[in-house]
Amino acid sequence: MQRHLISAADLTRDDAVLILDTAEEMARVADRPIKKLPTLRGRTVVNLFFEDSTRTRISFEAAEKRLSADVINFTAKGSSVSKGESLKDTAQTLEAMGVDAVVIRHGASGAPYRLATSGWIDAAVINAGDGTHQHPTQALLDAFTMRRRLVGRDAGLGQDLAGKRITLVGDILHSRVARSNVDLLHTLGAEVTLVAPPTLVPVGVESWPCEVSYDLDSTLSKSDAVMLLRVQRERMNAAFFPTEREYSRRYGLDGDRMAKMPEHAIVMHPGPMVRGMEITAEVADSERCTAIEQVANGVSIRMAVLYLLLGGNEPAVTHTRTEEK
Amino acid sequence: MDSEQDKQQYEADARPVLEAPDIARVLTRIAHEIVERAKGADDVVLLGIPTRGVFLAQRLAAKLEEITDRKIPVGSLDITMYRDDLRMHPPRALARTDIPGDGIDGRLVVLVDDVLFSGRTIRAALDALNDIGRPRAVQLAVLVDRGHRELPIRADYVGKNLPTSLRETVKVQLAEEDGRDTVLLGVKRTARPGEQ
Repeated sequence: MQRHLISAADLTRDDAVLILDTAEEMARVADRPIKKLPTLRGRTVVNLFFEDSTRTRISFEAAEKRLSADVINFTAKGSSVSKGESLKDTAQTLEAMGVDAVVIRHGASGAPYRLATSGWIDAAVINAGDGTHQHPTQALLDAFTMRRRLVGRDAGLGQDLAGKRITLVGDILHSRVARSNVDLLHTLGAEVTLVAPPTLVPVGVESWPCEVSYDLDSTLSKSDAVMLLRVQRERMNAAFFPTEREYSRRYGLDGDRMAKMPEHAIVMHPGPMVRGMEITAEVADSERCTAIEQVANGVSIRMAVLYLLLGGNEPAVTHTRTEEK
Repeated sequence: MDSEQDKQQYEADARPVLEAPDIARVLTRIAHEIVERAKGADDVVLLGIPTRGVFLAQRLAAKLEEITDRKIPVGSLDITMYRDDLRMHPPRALARTDIPGDGIDGRLVVLVDDVLFSGRTIRAALDALNDIGRPRAVQLAVLVDRGHRELPIRADYVGKNLPTSLRETVKVQLAEEDGRDTVLLGVKRTARPGEQ
């Protein structure tokens, strides 16, 4: 039995619903005066971040601490990695320290998979974002936010997102969030449409379980949720669109565009938001924008994943597809 | 998880020790005992331990309301995250924790469960309460006390004391979950640690 969370595509529908339901209970802990559970007492979790990400790291750290795990933060900057140590050596060092789980963020797609399957380490591996590949806990927190807003907080328990229409807009090419979301939302029964300039649509997208469109306006009226993705300028080594102004005019979400969405539809953003380009301040600050909620939900989801992978003597989440690889 | 066939076989072999009217009578008695000991049950909060403890707590609350003519706050307290045997089993799906709006600070909390056995569930419940607030006092009401305590824990209100051997099992069925009210005493087919 695998005990890792590497890709959103590894999760079955039942696994995903179990994680979302567990997160709903974890969210109640956040409402209490004492936000702490003894569940992972005596377990050590390392946050192994080869890439900067304050947001994801503190979200994992909050989740780990709320479950009483011992937390070690390891950032590649200033560590032996900058002196040339390999992933294998780092893993073996962690193994020697008796680490129970590794939360890894790496710039190279596939690094968490390598760590989980190479036999270097016995700990559970949780992917906190690898290159342009996957970011499964982000997809789970997005699905959690959608289920809460579109199905209901209590009514949603045990439910998936069957029949919901979700539109992802922006830099699909560089986005692990888009890949993870397409996989997970498809598993949960939602219909996904990707909207992006043709230059930011990845090769091979035809094989993904989703629709692709280049025209945002035509998809708005039939979307239950519109998720904007950050334009990842730091990953762009060429010009993918003429100007920011043009991108904003065609793919940015402003008040007029939001008005075309159905009354109940929500606007989502994984953050950090680039205001004025992807999203106007008016939309970002509106009640329909769930960006802040997504941050809070991230902690609940990560608590649920840590509990389900580490809370018992074997994980509650089955990973049949990774095992087959 | 038991298969349907196993379940039927167990029910055929097991002997009912409490039937629906007995359970109703027992709960009425416990409700009166709570009112008597708490001198009117002014500040009582009932917290059921999932799954069946929650239904029992709701039934007790209804009876208390009949007796006292007051609304009695009732909630549920899931103790999964506080269990001391978490690492011995795969993690269980969490059940619902629902604390009544006014909280439990300064109140008399009555924990309600179906079967009292090793006492470990109640220990976990006491830990969980600790994280939620500071009750004035905590009491324990159970439908069946089957003995074999592993911790110094005792119930304040007991529906039925049922001396059992460790080879026996006690299974409570309630209409809300199982379609009928009964307490079954059966014999274990295979030894399963932690089975009630």
